[in-house]
Formats: sequence, structure tokens, C-alpha cells
Amino acid sequence: MTDFIIETNQLCKSFKGQPALRGLDLRVPAGSIFGFLGRNGAGKTTTIKTLMGLLRSESGSARVFGIPVTDADGAFEKRMIEVRRRIGFVTEDKELYPYMTVEQIIRFTRPFFPKWRGDLEQRYLKMFDLPPKKKIPDLSKGMRSKLMLLLAISRGAELLILDEPTDGLDPAATEDVLRELVAIAASEGTTMFFSSHQLAEVELIADHIGIIDLGKMVVAGSLDDMKAQYQRLQVVFADSVQTPSHWVDGVEFVRQEGRVLSILASHNVDAIVEQARSLPGTAVERFPVTLKEIFLEHVRTN
Amino acid sequence: MIFRLNQSSGIPLYLQLIEQVKHAVETGALREGDQLPTIRKVAVDLVMNPNTVVRAYRELEHEGVLELKHGSGAFIKESAGGRARVMRKAQAVVQSALERLAPLELTEDELRRVFENELAQARAEKRVGNGAGKS
Repeated sequence: MTDFIIETNQLCKSFKGQPALRGLDLRVPAGSIFGFLGRNGAGKTTTIKTLMGLLRSESGSARVFGIPVTDADGAFEKRMIEVRRRIGFVTEDKELYPYMTVEQIIRFTRPFFPKWRGDLEQRYLKMFDLPPKKKIPDLSKGMRSKLMLLLAISRGAELLILDEPTDGLDPAATEDVLRELVAIAASEGTTMFFSSHQLAEVELIADHIGIIDLGKMVVAGSLDDMKAQYQRLQVVFADSVQTPSHWVDGVEFVRQEGRVLSILASHNVDAIVEQARSLPGTAVERFPVTLKEIFLEHVRTN
Repeated sequence: MIFRLNQSSGIPLYLQLIEQVKHAVETGALREGDQLPTIRKVAVDLVMNPNTVVRAYRELEHEGVLELKHGSGAFIKESAGGRARVMRKAQAVVQSALERLAPLELTEDELRRVFENELAQARAEKRVGNGAGKS
């Protein structure tokens, strides 16, 4: 039994000399809903394609279900077939065969997957209100997302990889999709790895997050632990601001606005408060931190 | 029991759940033997991660507020919350007694003897029982 469904080590990939991944370390625990966050172009889709064996990394390694997906030996394609069979995948572009109807693509996809769940297929067909006779190009973007989700879920996947699953959906459709993802996680124990830049939805359903910036993981871990450990400290100086020659461990970012220092602390908060209090003429206040603040601070400075 | 979560407060969701259950117990909205919604139901209703709900329920079980019965769900435990409140009240009474004793400048050992003597006396006169709750 692997503790991590996805595990990468120092993964590197570049396009035409432009590095996209620069030593990415990623660990997705079994049974988690992992929110993979980053700005556009941070390397999210490159990571996902590498995990699916659709791109070859230059160095480093990656395993999915403990199976290597980066070693280009003779058995590579055979291994990838097994890996892909166990993954449900919703891509960013949501491209599907344009000449098929909803009904046809379901019938076409079903035989590839021995663990196909007819019960889930019927349930989501009804719940998502998908018109069986309609051709795929005639579906709205939201409908196409839901269709892809149906195909991904019904194959009985152990891992769902979702690239921007709610991109282009209206708020009601987004809520539907998220609710279904949560329901599946609760009843099937499916691990989910989904990329997004919608922080609000990640904050809702993810229990683990990783923030990627410039091809590197800048923060990763349990979201609740992160929220418990991260704090914003506001240090107000009576006179002029004085900063220590160096801050104790745990200070991530310091910003000064007038007589106020705003500190984002990732851990060790008590010691940081003590250090700030030891500066002459200060009053220190502490505030909880949202995922948005953590995200913005980490990608802003890079 | 209806939970309400504040996404933008920065307070971990599992802590928000824990606080709301405890508060409901303290106010009497939840009573001994009441069943909490299943993990799946909470997760789906609130659109939140089921593992987070599990974490909250486990923590509450650990603190003696909930009892998790395998397969049948989570129940408010006998005298959960109430006992903690009673203990806090008792603590306050003892604190004020100690403050009033301070001018007598007794040693710790003497204080303990006085208390134990009185306890023995009360027990003999059946003024104290085993307590309504189990300790």
C-alpha cells in the first residue's frame, strides 16, 4: 500500500529551453482531495500531463499508484496503460469526439474500463440533466464539463485528475460539480487531484493543497494545519519602525506600511510575537490567515 | 443540527465544526443521545471535504463530547459538556475560597488537611454523594 497516490521528486521539464518545471516535489496522500494551485503558466498542466505520461520529463522522477511514470524503458507504454485505466481525467480544454452524441460517447467509453459503474453513469446522466441524443459540439461548456466528469467518475477510477474542472461554469453549475466531487470522495474514497485558480472552491473542498510557482512547489500540506499555523501579525510602532537584524524562524514575508509592519508567519508564531514585542514601543496583534493571503504572498514575491 | 461555516475567517473548518457542536451542547440545542448527521451528509450539505468532517468528529470523540458508533453514526455522549461546565464552576468556588484563606497564611499541607477533614466530615453526614456524573 502506498501512502502517496502521486509522488514526484525533483521533476524538471522545459519547452524549447524555457523551463516549465524546475525540480517539482509533489506528494498527494491517498484519499485526499488535493488542490493544486498556481497562476496561469505556473506549471500546473505540464505537471498533470507528465503524470499521465503524455509528456516526458528531462530529469527527476514521478510515481502514480507507486508505478513509475517517468522511466522511459521498454515497458513504459504498458505501465502507462495500467495507470491511465485507474485514473479518471478531466482536461482543461474538455475536447471530446465532436461527431458523437452524449449517449454514443458513453457507449464508446464503457468497454475500455472493466470496472465501469453503470449505477454512477445512470445517476449522473440524470443528475446532470444531460440530453442523451445531443451531439457534443451542441452542448454548453458546463454540459461538456459535466459529461467529462460523468465519464471520469463512471470508469470506477481510484484517482481523479481534474484540470480546472469548474472553469467556465456558472456559480450554480460549479456548486453542483463540487458537491458531486465531495459526495464521491465520501462514498468511494476516491483520491482527487485538481488544479484550479479558484481559491474559494479549493478552500471549500480540498483537505490538502500545494502551491506551484515558476515550476516549483512553494507551499504544500494539510489546509487545516496550514490555517492553524499561519498567522498574520500586525506590529504597530509608537515612533519609527525598527526591524531586527534577522527575524526568528517562521517569518515568511514582512511588509511595512507607515508605522506598521505586517508579518506573515508560517509557524513558530509565539516566538515571533515575543521577538516583535521586544522591539521598542510596539503593540502586536495576531490575525488568522485565509488561503487567499497565503497564496498571494507566496506568488507575489517570486 | 445545522452547521454554518465561514470560509473567509481563516479559522480551520474542522475547528469551526468542533466549536459549533460544543456550543450546541452547552446551549442544550444538542442533548445526550442526539445523533449528528453522517459524515457524508455534512460533507455534501456544506460542500466540504469529508476528511475534514471526520477530523472534527474524531476530535470531539477524543474530548468525550461524541461517541462514534461504527456503522450507525455519531451521538452526543452522556453528560458531555454539562460536566465540563460544572467543573469550571467548582473551580471558581475553590479559587475564591483560597483567596479568602490567604490572610491566614496556612501552608499548602495545612490547607490540604483542612479540605480533606471537611470532605470526610461531609461524607460522614452524607452531604456529598458520588456525583451525578461519572468522573
